[in-house]
Amino acid sequence: MLEIIKQPWSWYVAGILIGLTVPALLLLGNKPFGISSSLKHMCAACMPAKIPLFQYNWKHEAWNLFFVAGILIGGFVAGQFLGGNQPVHIAERTKEQLQALGLTDFSTLLPLDVFGTSQIFTVRGLIFLVFGGLMVGFGTRYADGCTSGHSIMGLSNLQWPSLVATICFMVGGFFSTWVLLPLIFQLF
Amino acid sequence: METNLNKAQPNGNLFFVNLKYLVLGVFFGIVFVKAEIVSWFRIQEMFRLGAFHMYGVIGTAVLVGMLSVYLIKKFKIKTISGEVVVIPPKKFHKGQIYGGLIFGIGWAITGACPGPLFAQIGAGFLAVMITLLSAIAGTWLYGRFQSRLPH
Repeated sequence: MLEIIKQPWSWYVAGILIGLTVPALLLLGNKPFGISSSLKHMCAACMPAKIPLFQYNWKHEAWNLFFVAGILIGGFVAGQFLGGNQPVHIAERTKEQLQALGLTDFSTLLPLDVFGTSQIFTVRGLIFLVFGGLMVGFGTRYADGCTSGHSIMGLSNLQWPSLVATICFMVGGFFSTWVLLPLIFQLF
Repeated sequence: METNLNKAQPNGNLFFVNLKYLVLGVFFGIVFVKAEIVSWFRIQEMFRLGAFHMYGVIGTAVLVGMLSVYLIKKFKIKTISGEVVVIPPKKFHKGQIYGGLIFGIGWAITGACPGPLFAQIGAGFLAVMITLLSAIAGTWLYGRFQSRLPH
């Protein structure tokens, strides 16, 4: 059994389990699935600074912080004990395209020549970690949700604004992949 | 969105009331890593149309979620504490377009939406803590300039 779990999981097993998170949260306590809200609660808890968006009692939404803390622990468990840090078998074509951009490390879930701790104080780190992170945080809050809140929860509840958001997520991602990333990789 | 469940709880119970969400999160984090959804390579593969994997994951999750919500509504299934299930509707504003595009750009660069950021850190990619802090800062900046942005 453990041997099976240690293999990479197929898309349909993952899809079903993630989809079941929607009813699990609803039935456990009427919680709509959504993860980017946790970032808002952290702002409200640590640095509300009289900003209207952060003026609420974040403790009432503490479930969301417990949920993301759980995700972090789950990541640790999978990485340490369930063989989660193996090389990812991406499509050969994608791998060739990434090599053409200059990537060399394909040994684990993230390319360490971009996301290794040695990159933190480099221009590369500044772009991939700081700029990328700012876009993720700013964009999800502006869009009022992320892949979980809009693309999974919102679409599950047939919300058309979530479909608009999801299409824009994808358009932004395609633009970033095909236009911005080649420019970024030319910088170093 | 304010919910009512925890309002009557004194702070001392905060931990025990919310423990079940931590457990669910652990399970979820394991799925994230084991299905390689937290992998920057998988996100690149998705945007380069290299394989079906990510489309399969998200598509299946949406179908299962849709069916679940449909069944909960149709059979008026209540929560474990007997409440009627209420799902707040999503209101449209232009932020879903502008913000959606901005998040999409960040998604392809970081290879992560907010959930996978936490799983990546847990899996040992400590540099991603910088990404997470930046994402929190991005959220704060949105709050700071919210009134001046088109909605």
